[in-house]
Amino acid sequence: MTTAARVEELLRDLAPQVLAILVRQQGDFGVSEDAVQEALLAAATQWPADGVPDNPKGWLITVASRRRIELWRNESARRRREELAARQAPPAPDPASDVDDTLTLLLLCCHPSLTAVSQVALTLRAVGGLNTAEIARAFLVPEATVGQRISRAKRRIKANGAEFRMPPPEELSDRLAAVLHVLYLIFNEGYTASSGSALLRVELSAEAIRLTRQLRDRLPDDGEVAGLLALMLLTDARRPARTRPDGTLVPLAEQDRSSWDAAAIAEGVALISEALATAAVGPYQLQAAISAVHDEAARADETDWRQILGLYELLQSIAPGPMVTLNRIVAVAMVRGPHEALQQLAAAAAGPAADPALAGHHRVEAVRAHLLDMAGDHEAARAHYRLAARTTLSLPERRYLESRAGRPRPDAADAVDGDAGDESGRRVLGSGREDDVRSEVGVREVLE
Amino acid sequence: MKYLILIHSNPQSLAVWETMSDAQRMEFGRGHMSLTDTLADSGELIVSEGLADPALAKHVSVREGRTITSDGPFAEVKEHLAGFYLVDCESMERAVELAATVPDALTGSVEVRPVLDMSTLDL
Repeated sequence: MTTAARVEELLRDLAPQVLAILVRQQGDFGVSEDAVQEALLAAATQWPADGVPDNPKGWLITVASRRRIELWRNESARRRREELAARQAPPAPDPASDVDDTLTLLLLCCHPSLTAVSQVALTLRAVGGLNTAEIARAFLVPEATVGQRISRAKRRIKANGAEFRMPPPEELSDRLAAVLHVLYLIFNEGYTASSGSALLRVELSAEAIRLTRQLRDRLPDDGEVAGLLALMLLTDARRPARTRPDGTLVPLAEQDRSSWDAAAIAEGVALISEALATAAVGPYQLQAAISAVHDEAARADETDWRQILGLYELLQSIAPGPMVTLNRIVAVAMVRGPHEALQQLAAAAAGPAADPALAGHHRVEAVRAHLLDMAGDHEAARAHYRLAARTTLSLPERRYLESRAGRPRPDAADAVDGDAGDESGRRVLGSGREDDVRSEVGVREVLE
Repeated sequence: MKYLILIHSNPQSLAVWETMSDAQRMEFGRGHMSLTDTLADSGELIVSEGLADPALAKHVSVREGRTITSDGPFAEVKEHLAGFYLVDCESMERAVELAATVPDALTGSVEVRPVLDMSTLDL
């Protein structure tokens, strides 16, 4: 590792600690966060050249505190008055301070008064220690846009009177759910943006895994935190096999499983096994369990679809959603054959028992095309692939669906009922990507 | 999600523009400036520009390695792109809400197009 990379790693670890100390000592999350950002930038330029100081944390706290005073002096008179008022009424000390600082910061950054994009940007900066330019590159938006989202988020936190302290126990579970959701969004942003041009982008998936690990250190008994970490590890393990050199996606069934990350799979499987055995079950754990079943199959045709179907049925009962419905139907096809699955799909997409979120959705057409292919009706399948390709908003998915639409007639063996052949039902969902889970989160966003 | 809000100029919108008083035209321009400010402030603006007249356009093509340009069109075209807002917002519903505040929507109509991305978070 280069000196600059070592410094960066150190700074990212120290960022939330230094920020928490500053906010605790002097209040005002917004100004403190700006001051810490500037201290981090100063360290990132000075340390690689001059060497890391003996007490890096102390250095950052000193520089950030000085910078904070300067920022405070530069503020308008109105702001100064607010500041004085705030100083006269310092926030009550939080008893659990030393252990829970990072968790407290995460909860504040994912405050329910903020929009999802603001929660993501603020979390990456305040807890992840990324700078605005890095976040902007990661999300392919201008730096000014990210800067505005962050300052707007801070204003809103202030306006809502949100404080740097642990929420009361009765609120904790909802607030934690928001944190998990934000970490999941960060992970997926990194996971799905896997094109060649992504080389310049910050490793968002790695960052999400790092932050989720930190969260798990603080909440080791929470099943959903463990479930989310397992889900990320089990999904990220497949990354090396997921794209071809030209950037096109490789369906799960066609991936070279020998290039999957065995260590990440082992860690994910151990995590999810322990969570399922000891904690109350939740959606992230079930999604991780489904991922684990896929990862544990040495070959696509050894996939235990009965178990996957059972897990989707459970998921549908505790966290129903249109993408859960579609994924479950694909599993039905793998276990009981495409004809029954086609009937269920027809009922889910139209008619009295239909899910309105599925009406006209391109994934319905993609699943229908896949099921028709399985049933041997390749001509109809191609028409539905074309339909799905026209209405997706994802470029890689469009390429994939177009290639399926133009694909020559597959082998007859492919068209047998049930789990024959090497056809994985998952390939139709987001090009066989493992992101059915992501879509479920997306659905929850819309429906809740 | 990114959305492109397209403002087209066509005979109908032109006809409305011709009937506007100077004060109304000023108001129209202010509407665009204030929308740009609002979008920048909310962190939803990527970029927004108005386009010069299509008579100033160049058409570019490359044949056998040679770049060929042509001017124009000089003749009046019936419909052309007059400006756009590229926004990054939560949903199509929000993009439509934003489009409804584009001054041109009050007299004619504007078009909202989702931008393809590398992800699949499209529900």
